[in-house]
Amino acid sequence: MNEDFVNTLLLTGKLAGWTTLILFIIGLPLAYILAYKRFFLKPVVEALISMPLVLPPTVLGFYMLVAYSPEHFFGRFLEQTFDWRLAFTFEGILIASIVFSLPFMVQPLQNGLGAIPKSLREASYTLGKSEFITFIRVLIPNMAPSIITALAMTFAHCIGEFGVVIMVGGNMPGETRVASIAIYDEVQILNYDVANQYSLVLFIISMIILTVIYSINGRKKIFF
Amino acid sequence: MLKINIEREMLTSEGTTTLKVDTQIGEKELLCLFGHSGSGKTTLMRMLAGLNKPDRGYIEFNGQVWFDSGKKINLPPQQRNTGYMFQDYALFPNMTIRKNIEFAQKEKNSREVKELLTLFGLKTLQKQYPQKLSGGQKQRVALARALASKPKLLLLDEPLSALDFEMRLTLQEEIIKAHEMLNSITLLVSHDIKEVEKLATSVILLKNGEITGQGNPNEMMKKIHISY
Repeated sequence: MNEDFVNTLLLTGKLAGWTTLILFIIGLPLAYILAYKRFFLKPVVEALISMPLVLPPTVLGFYMLVAYSPEHFFGRFLEQTFDWRLAFTFEGILIASIVFSLPFMVQPLQNGLGAIPKSLREASYTLGKSEFITFIRVLIPNMAPSIITALAMTFAHCIGEFGVVIMVGGNMPGETRVASIAIYDEVQILNYDVANQYSLVLFIISMIILTVIYSINGRKKIFF
Repeated sequence: MLKINIEREMLTSEGTTTLKVDTQIGEKELLCLFGHSGSGKTTLMRMLAGLNKPDRGYIEFNGQVWFDSGKKINLPPQQRNTGYMFQDYALFPNMTIRKNIEFAQKEKNSREVKELLTLFGLKTLQKQYPQKLSGGQKQRVALARALASKPKLLLLDEPLSALDFEMRLTLQEEIIKAHEMLNSITLLVSHDIKEVEKLATSVILLKNGEITGQGNPNEMMKKIHISY
């Protein structure tokens, strides 16, 4: 098999894998706060997290590209402090991908936490267990379908990302050229066979992930 | 001794009302809170457990202040050490019966878990998950779990309401057993007069958020027949 083809798919998997892992670590506490805490700016935070669902990816990509620029505060700070330039790098598309996939991780987790009967949390508290112990030992084990949905949706969404990645990362083989961009590229040069191979792989992976999600969600409820 | 003097706004089907409770409950009482739906029974229990916050007043248990609005004291549920039994039993679906009981223990003690499983007839069910149990079995597990944390105060919120008549009779005995084992105060919410007569050593009558009577079950039963 063509080395370029394999490397592009591996890069796509690497981007989706890292995005999913980092978002899971960020998403769990964020979903907990949104599901159970009340605070003044909550609707604003929820709206910001959901923005990638309605915003054209190019808009987000444009803002991220501007932010990465050394002419602006964030980009200048990264360059002067860590000698990092994020535009057109893997790290750059990873951060953009994390921001863009945030709702796909947070919303299923938040819904999963919201579906757990309040009395389970309260029972744990009255038994002397802290919020953290309750989260780890009572809440997380009882929202496994939501966790699998969140991980799978984030991963699946990530492997299909196009707009943000092309804005922030361009089309650099081995660095930012993921499968969705490769498809576009191959079609541009009328190389339909390779475009078809990429498309088929993405189609099959997405189909498998969605089938897993639906089969998990179709299982009967475990609460009472 | 449990001292309660609290107020809290409540939303009922007839609008907003204020729950006002000013009372003391003596050691080793098995006290039934009796009243219609919306009279404030569950709200009072939840405030005692620290799950809801009163608008004002204080709660003191055996000399320890649990809540004092004036001094801004409000101990969280974790520090009150109550055994709260919820109407839906709130058993953890991811844990076996044995694990549910072990989870409640402050320090792991297999001998005590075994004693509780034996006392409540759960030994053969210990490896089962709560979803597989009947209502009566769940009630027993919830009681055993509440006792496993060695609570100072046992709060039972309509523990038998979801069960059929025969099961209720059997499990009323289990509640008496749990109360005797705890050797402290038990508060039980009920709106079943026969249950109150059988279980209670004293009764508080609640109506529209206010105490309309408190005393021994015989006296209160007469009042119940007249007013309820």
